[in-house]
Amino acid sequence: MSAQGFTGGPLQVERLPQRKAVNLVMELLAWLTAVIAIAVLGIVVFSVARRGWSELSLNLLTKPPIPFSFTNAPQGLANAFVGTLVIVGIAALMALPFGILVAIYLNEFARPSVRASIGLTIDVLAGVPAIVIGIFIYGLLVAGGGGQSGIKGALALAILMLPFVARTTIEVLALVPNSLREASLGLGIPQWRTTLSIVLPRAIGGILTGTVLAVARVAGETAPLLFTSSLVGAHTSWNPTHALLTVPLAIFELSESPDPKDHARAWAAAFVLLMFILLASLTARWLANRSARKIAGR
Amino acid sequence: MASIDTTSTEPIRRPFEGRRVHLGDVLLQGFAGAAAVGVVVIVGLIVWKLVDSADPAISKYGVGFVWHKVWNPVVGREAYGAASFLFGTAITSFFALLIATPLAIGIALFLTELAPRGIQAPVTALVEMLAAVPSVVIGLWGILVLGPALRTNIESWLHSAFGFIPLFGPPSASGASIFTAIIVLSIMILPIVSSISRELFLGVPHELKEGALALGTTRWEMVRGVMFPYARGGIAAALILGLGRAMGEAIAVTQVIGGGVFIHWSLFGQGDTLASKIASEYQGATSNLEVASLIYLGLILLMLSLVANLTAQWIVRRVERRHGVVRGGRA
Repeated sequence: MSAQGFTGGPLQVERLPQRKAVNLVMELLAWLTAVIAIAVLGIVVFSVARRGWSELSLNLLTKPPIPFSFTNAPQGLANAFVGTLVIVGIAALMALPFGILVAIYLNEFARPSVRASIGLTIDVLAGVPAIVIGIFIYGLLVAGGGGQSGIKGALALAILMLPFVARTTIEVLALVPNSLREASLGLGIPQWRTTLSIVLPRAIGGILTGTVLAVARVAGETAPLLFTSSLVGAHTSWNPTHALLTVPLAIFELSESPDPKDHARAWAAAFVLLMFILLASLTARWLANRSARKIAGR
Repeated sequence: MASIDTTSTEPIRRPFEGRRVHLGDVLLQGFAGAAAVGVVVIVGLIVWKLVDSADPAISKYGVGFVWHKVWNPVVGREAYGAASFLFGTAITSFFALLIATPLAIGIALFLTELAPRGIQAPVTALVEMLAAVPSVVIGLWGILVLGPALRTNIESWLHSAFGFIPLFGPPSASGASIFTAIIVLSIMILPIVSSISRELFLGVPHELKEGALALGTTRWEMVRGVMFPYARGGIAAALILGLGRAMGEAIAVTQVIGGGVFIHWSLFGQGDTLASKIASEYQGATSNLEVASLIYLGLILLMLSLVANLTAQWIVRRVERRHGVVRGGRA
């Protein structure tokens, strides 16, 4: 890089005041961009909170919606909250062991060339649009008579989570000091025990962080569920072999409705979802700071 | 103890040649290896299944699907083509990138060069939190708050002042417009591009920066002359990843773009992108050919995002090799 040299053009000492003015303008612009970004976050969160707060009540979590209701009977989105719990839970159960195994293979066993090519595949999978994963599961399992179900929705979310879990686990495993592996192997402990009971426990904090982030991310996903778990009734069900409503999908459908009462519920559900996700991100950040110090053994 | 290298993070792969083979080793390596192969299989399955499900449309329309702009699901007069959605995807992601790029780079510069120590960490966290807001929530805000606000304040003003430019046509009645989609998309790709740019700027060697400053450059001249050239490749990769994200976003765009099969230059009219067309038809598709055509749209979207991703990864790996730094291929 240094051979390329300074490309900013010749410096002109005599025009110092002008150069300083340009510098000042640029610094102010950079400050402004940061203010804009934070303002956008603030405006979105504030909009959701202001409109969601008034509709927020226990009814939202415990009462099912009443389709085509023209009365003011309290209705909620209990079915959506239950559906999100079930579907995201199953997705995490599928993606976690899978992602951790992938990471173990790449970090502890694979040759560098294999590691690079599968690493690239993970990045490619991470870049596949969520809606494409939705129609993939639709084509594979839903079309042709299979029908929608919560499990199929969970499978789509699990594919979305997988590269995320694998990537963070790889990064954490790479932080575990090699002296630990050497010490364990040197004591005659086989590699599988070294990996499972020495390396993995050391990395568990970081893996947990990645999991929390991945759960927070897919809990807000709508697109993969449109074709896999969307055609539902209003009753609350815990059964993942049927199609289940989820919170993001409920917000999506309510936001397209012309009824202001539906909008109010959409705002309230969005508020709950947003708070959950922001809290999860904060927790993950806190966990990450804690575990980063622990992994390195300092 | 001091002689043991505790900093090396390169794991041992074959500690001893010819050691005793443990069943557990074979099992763990087998399971883990199968999982790793599973990732490749999933990517392969996605491509195969999309080609397979889109087959009725592929065999009927061939490649011509890409440049035919009709989309008519009326039984008996069915005809499908992707052109208007490709146009919508192109115009929304292009303008979203145009808005987000300077903002994102500005934020990254602010965080690495200007921010006082105390606010650096919280601002970084807040910007990353913007990435965590679900697209459906941004879409809800977009259609109920942002869209109407843009329509009454900005779109009508731009139309009356600069209406002679084709981009600024008459605003739509509802506030749903391509312009709203562009703003929503730029909000969504902003945190991605800015966090990658920030990491790139953090990676610029201190000697280079200090050298430039010692030569008497102002801070901006140092940024322009040292940091931009150093991070150029990585920023290109970040922009391509942002582009991939913008192209693939379905939900928020569906909520705010209004829908319709048009190719027009007015940003204030309605439209559809590849992803939003698929998402908006999830309950509506009736005939097999229409479903296949929708999946064909998905296949085109998949190809576009694969190309974008591989290009970005290629740039990242090339830049890493040139700079001799291995910074965990996160991008």
